[in-house]
Amino acid sequence: MTRPEGQGAEGLGELMGAGSIAPATEESLAAEITRAHAAREPLCIEGRGTKRAMLRPVQAARTLSTRNLTGITLYRPTELMIRARAGTPLPEIEAALAENNQQIIAEPPDLTAMFGASEAGTLGGAVSANLSGPRRIMWGAMRDHVLGIRAVTGEGEVFRSGGRVLKNVTGLDLCKLLTGAHGTLGVLTEVTLKVLPRAEATGTLAIRVPDAAGGVAALSAALGSPYGVSGAALLIEGHGLLGLEGIIALARIEDFTESVRYRLGRLRTELAAHGEATLLDTAASHAVWRSVRDAEPLGATPEEAIWRISVAPSAAPGVVAALGRAFAAKLMLDWGGGLIWVAGPAREQAHGAVMQAAAAAGGSFTLFRGPASLSAHVPVLPEEAAPLAAIARRVRAALDPLGLLNPGRMRG
Amino acid sequence: MISLPAPKPDILARRDAILADLGRLLPADAVIGETIRMKPYETDGLAAYRQMPLAVVLPRTTQEVAQVLRYCHANGIRVVPRGAGTSLSGGALPLADAVVIGLMRMNRIKEINLEDRYAVVEAGVTNIGITKAVEGDGFFYAPDPSSQLACMIGGNVMMNSGGAHCLKYGVTANNLLGLTFVTIEGEVIEIGGNYLDAAGYDWLGLITGSEGQLGMVTDVTVRILRGPEGARAMLAAFDAVEVAGAAVDAIIGSGIIPVALEFMDKPCIHACEAFAHAGYPLDAEAMLIIEVEGSVAEQDMLLGKIRDICARFNPTSMKLAESAEQSLAIWKGRKGAFGAVGRISPDYLCMDGTIPTGELPHVLKRIGEMSVQYGLGVANVFHAGDGNLHPLIMFDANDPESFRKAEEFGGDILKLCVEVGGCLTGEHGVGVEKRDLMTTQFTLRELDLQRAIKSAFDADWLLNTAKVFPLADNPKIAA
Repeated sequence: MTRPEGQGAEGLGELMGAGSIAPATEESLAAEITRAHAAREPLCIEGRGTKRAMLRPVQAARTLSTRNLTGITLYRPTELMIRARAGTPLPEIEAALAENNQQIIAEPPDLTAMFGASEAGTLGGAVSANLSGPRRIMWGAMRDHVLGIRAVTGEGEVFRSGGRVLKNVTGLDLCKLLTGAHGTLGVLTEVTLKVLPRAEATGTLAIRVPDAAGGVAALSAALGSPYGVSGAALLIEGHGLLGLEGIIALARIEDFTESVRYRLGRLRTELAAHGEATLLDTAASHAVWRSVRDAEPLGATPEEAIWRISVAPSAAPGVVAALGRAFAAKLMLDWGGGLIWVAGPAREQAHGAVMQAAAAAGGSFTLFRGPASLSAHVPVLPEEAAPLAAIARRVRAALDPLGLLNPGRMRG
Repeated sequence: MISLPAPKPDILARRDAILADLGRLLPADAVIGETIRMKPYETDGLAAYRQMPLAVVLPRTTQEVAQVLRYCHANGIRVVPRGAGTSLSGGALPLADAVVIGLMRMNRIKEINLEDRYAVVEAGVTNIGITKAVEGDGFFYAPDPSSQLACMIGGNVMMNSGGAHCLKYGVTANNLLGLTFVTIEGEVIEIGGNYLDAAGYDWLGLITGSEGQLGMVTDVTVRILRGPEGARAMLAAFDAVEVAGAAVDAIIGSGIIPVALEFMDKPCIHACEAFAHAGYPLDAEAMLIIEVEGSVAEQDMLLGKIRDICARFNPTSMKLAESAEQSLAIWKGRKGAFGAVGRISPDYLCMDGTIPTGELPHVLKRIGEMSVQYGLGVANVFHAGDGNLHPLIMFDANDPESFRKAEEFGGDILKLCVEVGGCLTGEHGVGVEKRDLMTTQFTLRELDLQRAIKSAFDADWLLNTAKVFPLADNPKIAA
């Protein structure tokens, strides 16, 4: 995938023209926000700007970047925690963890290709967007592993929440509130993550299934087995992965080598009725799940919009059928069918069909990537009920009274 | 001693009228006003503190909860939400001018969906009740606080409860999909649903662990998981606390995440053994209980690896369970730890601080020194994988001086936890117990931010007033 045409120009032109500030310390970042607050000047908050086309374009003349707040500040492998400044590139953190055979549990996707970025995203960006990959189905989302944060409010005040220990219920959990808030409630300057050991081995069953319903049924059976499936995705026809043809359900096991062998064998027997299975070894598994993580099998072209829909897995085949009828949707399923990746024309009609299909299935949607020509005019997230929207306004006012941080990013 | 805010005289004066109003809002049997019948609600698991409430209501539906909250909001009446009353931090301690809203009659399981692996239950369903409803099909609800037989899921959400198995499976927050949430204004809001990731702000995460400060939860959608093929425990004993700590590090460093990893010190081992006769090693200074999951062959493989790791640290003894019964015996002592300490001391305070595991030897040494200084015994049991300490401070409640010292000792332990990079509470919550210590962990400005978020939900501070946030300098409560 390459950079979506038109998107960069449309979404970024005004920002880049007006310049960008990238302080090297938390203190100077806080001072910049204090200054912006005094001048009532909105700010576009970003790390390396790799996800500018996510959600809605920000209504701000100036950009405040955390890209110069870098470096791992504390790493205690035996305490299963790592702490780094928000602008630290994710690959740098992943490399440090790999040296100790550990990993970021939520397996955040690398969206460099999807967003046409020239460099990898940052820790702060992945947390701000609550980006979780395939392992979310077993081990939880990014937000489940944020142990602590340091952040700056819209008035330029530094605050902490959480800490570095795995269990902490002291006070209100602002870590969760800021995770997934896309920089609209505060600017993350440092994040402490829980980490886990990397499995000794990985193996995957690739099962050829007749259709989406059959695929989701196979994945539900896999996830309802006692073998600890840590990835459950469904590739729709034409994905071209590893020379596998047709509709393919993927079920992953990660564990000690003996366990992986044993569990895949048992799983294969239990799922035999769902379709013919191929076994992928560790190397092939890594390749296939990296591809699923980054939504490559979706095959989105640069000009297409990309949506994510979250539903109960059994509702997924209905969504797939509805979107197939509405427009020539490209689709890919993860999380046992509970996460539906959709690519299609960046037009309001397609967006309306996505919103409708998600609502009909009782689920949630996100316009994950789209040109400003679409995203500036449609709700990119489901509307909140009126009482909750009122609470949201008051919460935002508590952290960013003038609404200067990433205005417009999530909702208009 | 912990102080409570002065009751609002006008509310106390209108008590009869308020009871009559509540009686019109709810069925007659759902409103309790007689002192004798309110007695069970005057305290919770922090039994050293008691306070008779203004009234108790026991609604049966979300709409009834909403009506009561709407009424209380309109009339400026404080509200104390209550599940089973197992809170160990006084989270459900009533106030004299507050209506206690008890959830125990909301105990229906509304939906179980094994295919999509979730269950929708009312807030008054017990934690174990969820697992009981699905275990016949091999599923379970993962968070397992020690009080799981009695505690209710609504309370678990409010306290973000965990348990011995959360090293692998996470705490309540990690196992929720959705909530029905009622604001103090009586608005019913659906948060999340039966799917994994709701887009937008993470209200689910903010509400979980909020200790009744933001609203009341009436329905909960939880993830249910398929259980493993089996599980088995072992114990390993060492002649020094530091050595046991090093063994824990080595196990985790080897890439094994046991499903549970519990640590007991010598006084705790002795108390538990006297109670459970589990065959615990009385000569050891520290003991680990380690549980692994999988097929029998996998259990053998993992326990074998762990045994080899422990062997490098010259254990004074090791015992691998050879059957489910032997595993249960190993767990029996641990699960009965609090009761066991209750047998050797007239009373005890159960503390709940969390520390970075690397600080364990230092912290246990300091706790030992403080025990001598205060002249009070202490037994330590905790979740070693996650550093959540539970020092049990032994005292005599009939002796006010002994109680005062125990509280001071407990406060010193919690301050020590914060000092070494940990926190005031890992799972019991702040409640009233640790409320005034919040300033040791947070700056005033950080507390102000949290208070502002509380105010965004509950402008008049009627919800569980006087819990979590210090009373000092709080204009919302001073009145």
